Amino acid sequence: MSAGSRRLSFLGVGVAPVLIVSALVGSAAVGLADADGDSRRSGFDFMGPQTQAMQGDDTSNPGMLAVLEGEDIWNRKAGAADKSCADCHGDAARSMHGVAAHYPAFDTGTGGPINLDQRINTCREKNQEAEPFPWESAEILALSAYVGLQSRGMPVQVGDDARLAGAIKAGDEAFHRKQGQLDFSCADCHDANWDRKLGGSVIPQGHATGYPIYRLEWQSMGSLQRRLRNCMAGVRAEPYSYGSPEFVELELYLMSRSRGMAVETPAVRP
Amino acid sequence: MIGVVLALALLPYTVVGDAVPAPLVEAPGDPARGRAVVTSRQRGLCLLCHTGPFPEERFQGDLAPSLAGVGSRLSEGQIRLRLIDSRRLDPGSIMPSYYRTDGLERVGAAWRDKPVLSAEEIEDVVAFLATLRD
Repeated sequence: MSAGSRRLSFLGVGVAPVLIVSALVGSAAVGLADADGDSRRSGFDFMGPQTQAMQGDDTSNPGMLAVLEGEDIWNRKAGAADKSCADCHGDAARSMHGVAAHYPAFDTGTGGPINLDQRINTCREKNQEAEPFPWESAEILALSAYVGLQSRGMPVQVGDDARLAGAIKAGDEAFHRKQGQLDFSCADCHDANWDRKLGGSVIPQGHATGYPIYRLEWQSMGSLQRRLRNCMAGVRAEPYSYGSPEFVELELYLMSRSRGMAVETPAVRP
Repeated sequence: MIGVVLALALLPYTVVGDAVPAPLVEAPGDPARGRAVVTSRQRGLCLLCHTGPFPEERFQGDLAPSLAGVGSRLSEGQIRLRLIDSRRLDPGSIMPSYYRTDGLERVGAAWRDKPVLSAEEIEDVVAFLATLRD
C-alpha cells in the first residue's frame, strides 16, 4: 500500500490515490474570486492542483461518466406510463438549465423542502409510474449529476423562498448543534477552523456546490447526504436517515449559505 | 461482531483547581501503551488535531497546540483533567471530553454511554504525555 492511499477514519477524511493525473494542471478555475469582499470559498479552492485539474477537464473528471449515464436514463422510457424524462421535458440542456441551482426547493405536494433527488423520484413515481430509485443508487446519482450539470457555472439560487424560512432555520440550528460522542457541531470545523488541517486533510467551508460529487476517497459518486453521514460518523453521532427532514433542512441551509456561488456539479473532491 | 453493549460506569474523580491530581485507577499508567493510544487514529484520535514529536506519523492536524513539551508545561494532574473533561476548563474548546458520557446528543449506537477512553487508557496517556518534555 502506498503512503498516498493511507486512510484516516475520523470524519471520513482521507487521502486516496489520485486516479488520473491530468496534463492540464493549473488550467482549471471554478472557485469564486472575492473581488467584492466575499470571503466564501468553494471546496475546490482547498484542493491540490491535480484534483482541481481533474475536475476542470471533462475528459478526466470521473463524474462525467455518471453524467453520461444520466443522459442515457433521461432518454430511456420507464414505468407503466412508458415515458422517458425527455418525452415531457425535452432537451435537458434547455428545460433543466438552471433548475438544480434552486434545490432544495419548496414542494407544494409535501408543503416543505425537497432536494433534487426527491424531486426526480417524485416525478418518476407520478409521471412515469415507475419505482423510485433507491437512495445513493447509481441511477439517481447519475440522473441528478446530469440535471446538475445543466446548472454548472450558474449561481446557487437557494434561500429566498419565504415558505422555507423555518426549514432553513432548522438546518442552521442543526449545523450549530454539538453532536456525537466527540461533541462537535458542523460549525466547530467548517466555520471556526476552515483552512486548517484535520489529520492530513484541509477543512473546507462546507459549501455544497458540487453535488453529487465524485469523491476520490469513495472512488465513486455520492450525494451530499452521504458526505454528511461521513462527518456524523466521524464525530461518532447517529447519522440522520437518507431523505429525513433533518437532512433536507441541513442541505437547504448549506445551499442557502452558498447562495450566489457557482454550481460545480459534477465536482471532484478528495 | 458480538453485539454486547456494556454500560460502562465512570469512576469518580476529584478536581482540584485546574487539575485532577489523583489517578483514576491504582495501577500506574504505561507510557508505551499511552503512546500507542495517542498515535492511533481509531483510539486516541489526538493527531487529527494536534501535531507532536512523532516523525513516523504523517497527516498530523493543526487545529490544536503541539503536544511537544506538554510534559514540561503541565503537571500530570493538569494533563489528566484536560483529557477527562477539557470543556470544564474552556467550554468553547473543541477538545473532546475523553472521560464523560453525560450532556451528549445523538451519540452513535456503538459509542453510547461509553467514554472515548477507559480510565486505564487515560492513565496510560497521562503517563506518556508527561514524558514529552521538549
